[in-house]
Amino acid sequence: MNKDFKLKTALCAIGLATLGSAGFADSGDTLASVKERGEVLCGVHPARHGFAAPNSKGHWDGFEVDYCHAIAAAVFGDADKVRFVALSSQQRFPAIQSGEVDVLVRNVTATLGRDTALGLNFAPPIFYTGTGFLVHADSGVKTVEDLDGATICVAPGSTTERNVAQIFATRGMDYTPVVIENNKQLVDAYVTGRCDALTKDKAALPGVRAYDTENPAEHVLLPGIFSKEPLAAAVRQGDDQWYDLVKWVTYATFNAEELGVTSENADDMKSSDNVDIQSLLGVTGDYGSKLGVSEDWAYNVITQVGNYAEIYARHFGPGSPVELDRDLNTLWVDGGLLYGFPIK
Amino acid sequence: MTHIDGSDQRGAKPRQTLSTLLYSKSFRTAVTQVVMAAVVIFIGLFLYQNVVENLRAQNIATGFGFLEQTSQFDIGEKMITYSARDSYGRAFVVGLLNTLSVSAAGIFLATLIGFTVGISRISSNWLLSKVATGYVEIVRNIPVILQVIFWSVLLRNLPNARNAVEVYGVGFLTNRGLTFAVPATHPIHSTMGIALVAGIVLAILGSIWARRHRESTGTYVNMLWPSIGLVIGLPVLAWLFGGAPTAISYPVQKGFNFQGGVTISPEFTALLIGIALYASGFIAEIVRAGLQATPKGQIEAARSMGFRPWFVTRYVVLPQALRVIVPPLTSQYVSLIKNSSIAVVVGYPDLVNIGNTVMNQTGQAVEAIAVMMLVYLTISLITSTFMNFYNRLVAIKER
Amino acid sequence: MTTQSQHAPKMATPLEPVMQFDPNAKVPFAKWVQKHLFTSLWQSLMTLVVAALLLRFAWFVLKWGVIDAVFYTPDPDVCRAAAGACWAVIVEKHRPMLFGLYPYDEHWRLVIMMVVYLSTIVASLMPKLWNFKILIPLWILSVTSIGILMFGGVLGLVYVPTSEWGGLPLTMILFSGTVLIGMPVAVVLALGRRSPMPVARGVSVVFIEALRGVPLITILFVAVNVFPLFLPAGVEVNKLLRITVGIAIFFACYQAEVIRGGLQAIPTGQYEAAASLNMSYWQTTRKIILPQALRISLPAITNHIIAAMKNTSFVIIIGLFDILTATTAVMQDPLWRRYYIEAYLFVAAVYLFFGYALSLYARQVEKWINSGRI
Repeated sequence: MNKDFKLKTALCAIGLATLGSAGFADSGDTLASVKERGEVLCGVHPARHGFAAPNSKGHWDGFEVDYCHAIAAAVFGDADKVRFVALSSQQRFPAIQSGEVDVLVRNVTATLGRDTALGLNFAPPIFYTGTGFLVHADSGVKTVEDLDGATICVAPGSTTERNVAQIFATRGMDYTPVVIENNKQLVDAYVTGRCDALTKDKAALPGVRAYDTENPAEHVLLPGIFSKEPLAAAVRQGDDQWYDLVKWVTYATFNAEELGVTSENADDMKSSDNVDIQSLLGVTGDYGSKLGVSEDWAYNVITQVGNYAEIYARHFGPGSPVELDRDLNTLWVDGGLLYGFPIK
Repeated sequence: MTHIDGSDQRGAKPRQTLSTLLYSKSFRTAVTQVVMAAVVIFIGLFLYQNVVENLRAQNIATGFGFLEQTSQFDIGEKMITYSARDSYGRAFVVGLLNTLSVSAAGIFLATLIGFTVGISRISSNWLLSKVATGYVEIVRNIPVILQVIFWSVLLRNLPNARNAVEVYGVGFLTNRGLTFAVPATHPIHSTMGIALVAGIVLAILGSIWARRHRESTGTYVNMLWPSIGLVIGLPVLAWLFGGAPTAISYPVQKGFNFQGGVTISPEFTALLIGIALYASGFIAEIVRAGLQATPKGQIEAARSMGFRPWFVTRYVVLPQALRVIVPPLTSQYVSLIKNSSIAVVVGYPDLVNIGNTVMNQTGQAVEAIAVMMLVYLTISLITSTFMNFYNRLVAIKER
Repeated sequence: MTTQSQHAPKMATPLEPVMQFDPNAKVPFAKWVQKHLFTSLWQSLMTLVVAALLLRFAWFVLKWGVIDAVFYTPDPDVCRAAAGACWAVIVEKHRPMLFGLYPYDEHWRLVIMMVVYLSTIVASLMPKLWNFKILIPLWILSVTSIGILMFGGVLGLVYVPTSEWGGLPLTMILFSGTVLIGMPVAVVLALGRRSPMPVARGVSVVFIEALRGVPLITILFVAVNVFPLFLPAGVEVNKLLRITVGIAIFFACYQAEVIRGGLQAIPTGQYEAAASLNMSYWQTTRKIILPQALRISLPAITNHIIAAMKNTSFVIIIGLFDILTATTAVMQDPLWRRYYIEAYLFVAAVYLFFGYALSLYARQVEKWINSGRI
């Protein structure tokens, strides 16, 4: 055996070892690979206060973060078995398409284009909002019509980018877009005055004003909602089981609020006579196994994370830094758009 | 005694057995190549299959049909007309023009600074050469992205439009950009442009004629002043011919922005300064190497013939130095064009930035990236073809 | 017929001193200044102008950076009141800048990792230790320990996935991954391009020219967005690994051209002598050609290696948290936002330090080669 042969064998071994380091997971079976991995990979916004933001120690907190915890609670019975992957507006779709994350709970507006061309399936919307504008208080701008000729900061690859074009076109107004992908640089451009207005989902702007500006009083949200932005969790097409699970976790939180089940009284509610509550909490029926998880999936979600009202109040309720009215995000019985499909 | 009969073994081919075949170098080379080609083709097919399969499984659209769809997004800076109702294809064209414009300005600026610094580096003035060395070390060692981001944040923090800094009464410097007065558009401007191009062409032809004249008769004709006269004079003549229009469009602050004049955005400026300074460091080193590559004997011989320093530089040093400078210089230019793709970080709508947006809006990552890569590949191949052509032109033809 | 005395050099009489040339004589300072700074009117003017600008700039830097600067304060208002630089922002924010998103309590692991890494690199750069028997175990040991430190999960350390790695350690890992993976690939590509087999040559040429003509950003996009589509359904490759391989292949294409230049400079006599000794292609390449080619092209190779360190900053575009991305993210804190100049100067200083160290080493290697030591 000469030296050349030894070298070649060594190289082959290294090559095979590198190849072997590639992970293997069954596609089309996200639930199985999630269970095998032991945690849910959740794609979230890098820093949208109220929805998803890490604190200085790296601990994630927010409305969408809680929905990630809810999915983990349903799958594992432990809401902490989730890992967050921060994704910019340009990275979010490639990340879910390539399998880097299992579910995208990242302020994604459900549209036909994304449902079809991007190969995504959307769970029921968890937050209904629209496009909003943040302007400097001393600019004298009171309504959107005052923004003719203005410079607008907008993130690329978002529905907002298209909406702004449409809003200005329908009103016959002109504008100059400044398009920066990095969210922090984008907000910076607005704060320094490079842009006259910053446009994002209206629900995101109070967080920007509170956390990313030196003096929140110097910035004003313009009145009015200018488009439909139903924010929903997104999963890959081609995996119905995982899609069903994410969908029904969402409905579970709606139904829990409708039926009055909270994290505090869930234990007591288990002994209720209400058939719907019994199905929800897994006292009757085998809905858990139909979804591929344990029977107390919804019970875990409610006790470890809460129902919709609790989740909302935790992040947008009265007294929180980002306070938002529930508006359209109330139950259908209260005139809102949240309608939980029956769990039966 | 040689036997002259049919059984003479000299010159007959050796018996072809399997072992001779296996040991024959040409056979093994041929087999290796066939195997290599097969492996490459196999890998290519495997990857292609996977891509098609994955895209189909996730219902992601394929094909280049998206280039005709309406883009629905606006672009902030554009050299041709474009609106949200135009197609993705047109958006790509806008991006390409933006890339070319910032690259052209960058090449001009980088060459200017690079040559100056390069010549300073070998100057006999100790202070100047040390300052030039320091400059080169600093701009070469700091990553170009850091430089671009630094300039963009710096420019973004200039005073806002309300507190604009006035520049000599004809312009304003704000964090929205540099706005300055330009002559108001007049139909004669296109004629002036043609006259400028004609002047440059004539100047080049004149220099070629002067060189031929020098080589055949030995008399030197200084074409410097005639060339300047042509390049400046012809457009001026056209301007006079058009009635000498002097209307100037002054920028006036109105509403959110300035009306009139021309604005250079801070994104363009930051990108331009960043990539130009970075490239200038490398160009300075290339120029220095080129100038030092001229054998000292050449300069001494020219001086001993009584030629003046500028003459020696123009006719002895420069031609030899350029032969060494031009190849790496063109590759630095290509590198600068590729570095302009950093625009995505500062928000300047160049080709890669717009491609990124298109990729996200349509979900067709493969096609969008393919378009971007093809454009840059074409630019770089065109440049290397021209460089090979130049190399062959100036190569030392040995006897 | 001339006599010798007519052609003899003029001898100095004892009363005339003979000018001896002393190579070690020090030029008096005044003479040196006159020769280098004030040769002619034009030169003197230039010296004065440059010196004036330089002094003014130096005074400004001194005043802003040292005299009026605030070096340490946790309160941003103190910085706002000061006229000079606010170096306190670095003291305040150096952890997120240097370590990115890595869990706060585990930063000590990163510090150990950097010490291990830097000592391994310094050890590998000393020619005394250039023996495979020493280098390979050393590298295996350090890669394993770095892996354990960064990943965790064993020995009671908390597990940290690659998506949370960041800052200076990430830059170092990207850099070494690029060079370690890229150099062998570069050698293979260079040899392929010079190969007598047309197929190998064709494949190498297409590969090198295609990847050299595109910007690094597009290759990173391919690595992040498109590469997962190339894999069969269900196979996942770690994102950090994909990105490192992408940068490495880009680096390899440039390096292949440099090595090819070195290969071209080797006289055909070497190949012929090896052939006459009945050495096979691989034996010739390994023992005769490559050592010479690498020595010849070493200056350009080291240039590209230094450039590779700067290229790691490109990952800001795909969202990996290297030291530059971490700094830009950190500077969004509204309280400290206005001190971005100090923060970026800090990052620039880090890059300058490493770049300058590498170029000093490159110059030393050139000296060693010229003196025949390696």
